[in-house]
Amino acid sequence: MNQPDLTAQSVVKRFGDHVAVDSISFEVARGSFFSILGPSGCGKTTLLRMIAGFLAPDGGEIAIGGRSMRGVAPNRRPVNMVFQQLALFPMMSVGENVEFGLARRGVPRAERRRKAEAMLERVGLAGAAAKRVDELSGGQRQRVAIARSLVLEPTLLLLDEPLGALDLKLREHMKIELKQLQAEFGTTFVYITHDQSEALVLSDHVGVMNHGRFEQIGTPQDLYYRPRTPFVAGFVGDSNRLAGRATGIDGDRVRVDTGDGWIVEARRAGEVASADAVEVFLRPEAATLSRPGEASAAPAATHEGVVESLLFDGAKSAVLLRERRSRREVRIALPQTGEFADLKTGEAVAFHFDPARAVCFRARRDGDA
Amino acid sequence: MPDAAVAATGGSGWRKALLMAPALAWLGLLIVLPHAELAVLSFREQVGPRHYVPSLSHYREFFHEPEYWHTFVRTAWMSIVATSATLLLAFPIAWVIAKIARGRAAAWLFLACMIPFWISETVRTLGWMILLRETGVLPTLLVKLGILAHPVEFLYHDTTILVGLIYTSMLFMIVPLVSSLESLDNALIEAAYDLGANGFTVLRKIVIPHAAPGITAGCIIVFMLTLGNYITPTLLGGKDSGWFTEQIYTEFITRFDWGQGAAFGFLLLVLSTTIVIAGLKLTGQRFGDVMGRQ
Repeated sequence: MNQPDLTAQSVVKRFGDHVAVDSISFEVARGSFFSILGPSGCGKTTLLRMIAGFLAPDGGEIAIGGRSMRGVAPNRRPVNMVFQQLALFPMMSVGENVEFGLARRGVPRAERRRKAEAMLERVGLAGAAAKRVDELSGGQRQRVAIARSLVLEPTLLLLDEPLGALDLKLREHMKIELKQLQAEFGTTFVYITHDQSEALVLSDHVGVMNHGRFEQIGTPQDLYYRPRTPFVAGFVGDSNRLAGRATGIDGDRVRVDTGDGWIVEARRAGEVASADAVEVFLRPEAATLSRPGEASAAPAATHEGVVESLLFDGAKSAVLLRERRSRREVRIALPQTGEFADLKTGEAVAFHFDPARAVCFRARRDGDA
Repeated sequence: MPDAAVAATGGSGWRKALLMAPALAWLGLLIVLPHAELAVLSFREQVGPRHYVPSLSHYREFFHEPEYWHTFVRTAWMSIVATSATLLLAFPIAWVIAKIARGRAAAWLFLACMIPFWISETVRTLGWMILLRETGVLPTLLVKLGILAHPVEFLYHDTTILVGLIYTSMLFMIVPLVSSLESLDNALIEAAYDLGANGFTVLRKIVIPHAAPGITAGCIIVFMLTLGNYITPTLLGGKDSGWFTEQIYTEFITRFDWGQGAAFGFLLLVLSTTIVIAGLKLTGQRFGDVMGRQ
């Protein structure tokens, strides 16, 4: 029962001198939604293509459903893939697209048709079997692509940035739909994306990939609140990044001097010694605004700044400040209470944050950026 | 600006006519007019000096003389065989150029297919004769290697004619095939594999349906070229090659019977049109789609 559906052990793939996937190991539990998140060129597509069987690893082992996939061709793997551009067959009807895989398995025509229609109904496309692919909207095509794979009841469904081609509104909608489909079918999904919001919203676990390696694998909450590397802190969610030097360490508190007159305190992550070059990441919503002069009951240090610009975006509205001494730009989320609705550009404000919610890493050295 | 807009959309009737003029002149002077003349020639019979009456005698002659319609059927059949063989040989080449070779390599392969066409067809065919005649390169080589005891005449066989026709037609099949295969998204092939298809099913269900317009276009072009070819069958097949164009040539030039030649010309036109239409019907395609996609 607890056997993982996908296991990768020290998987390596090189293209010439370039190591695209650098000794990666991970497991995906049965029925879970696992995302591989990373910037373009981080090796996530290469990894996915190795799982699908289109590329052979140069080293290491991939097992699906407990069975080693070494030497198993893509058409013999218990894996199906939803392609980036969906790759629906334009020369076939919607129904024929869904039946394609069943026909390859020798399922009789009548049963094929019944299964395809049932599957189309489950993805909300009842009666669309006779339509041509180009008669469908973007979202409907998406569902056909998923139906075409799921009708084969694969152990694993791979999704290669399937929402990339959709417009924003539809993407938001399909995100929710994908999550519901996954929950309903209970199939293990492995999803690759460069969009951190997709990964956070959809996944049970996310692996953040950079330069062919996983920087961190964890739940979305882990990645967001407890990033283990500066890359994860910077890549997942919005952050204010402050470079500086550690001037004092007290347990897991680090006192950081930004070098231009601003002193902040943050939580230590990993090894940080006094006088190290460090990076501090502060989430916009971790800081609290206040009007200057208002007696702040906050135990933390208060910082001062001037409003540079207001970024109104409904619930995600924020304000860009210039910190008074360092002149550094800081982004702070506006509270939902409407308290600062009358904030003006050029106005002086104060802000404070709990040092436990700002995270401090030793700076990456040149070359391992 | 409004003038330019009018010109661009061809608003004025005069401008439109002027733009169309070369094409219309081409069609009218080189195709419609001669064919009208041929039609007149073919449907009349000479009953005395400078005295003609309308008649079907030239067409009747064709059906009464087995030699004529045997040649006719033979030409059609061999053209179909040559076209099919060209397709089978050109497809893998086009696949390599379109899907496997990358960048420069693809360009070089394409050039390699084109180079023979920088030489005139007559010279190319004479090249084949040098290779294949009894005292030519190939028989001599085979005797030297001990494969043959005596030199053999490779010319003047049907197979030789077919080889020559396929060689001449290759490029005209490869070009439309490459262009239709290049537009095939590789993800479709991968998706088919991913869904459990094998190589043969991918070819049958994905590649061929996608390339169908290119295949049909190539087949139509090659079939027309082959059916109407004169030099290759005559040089490689000799005087008795039994090609219908040779029959037409004989009527016009040797026997000076323009009426009979014109009737043969018309029959060949009917034949090629019928076979092309039958081919399109058989593969369920429309002529406009095939030509429009290229």
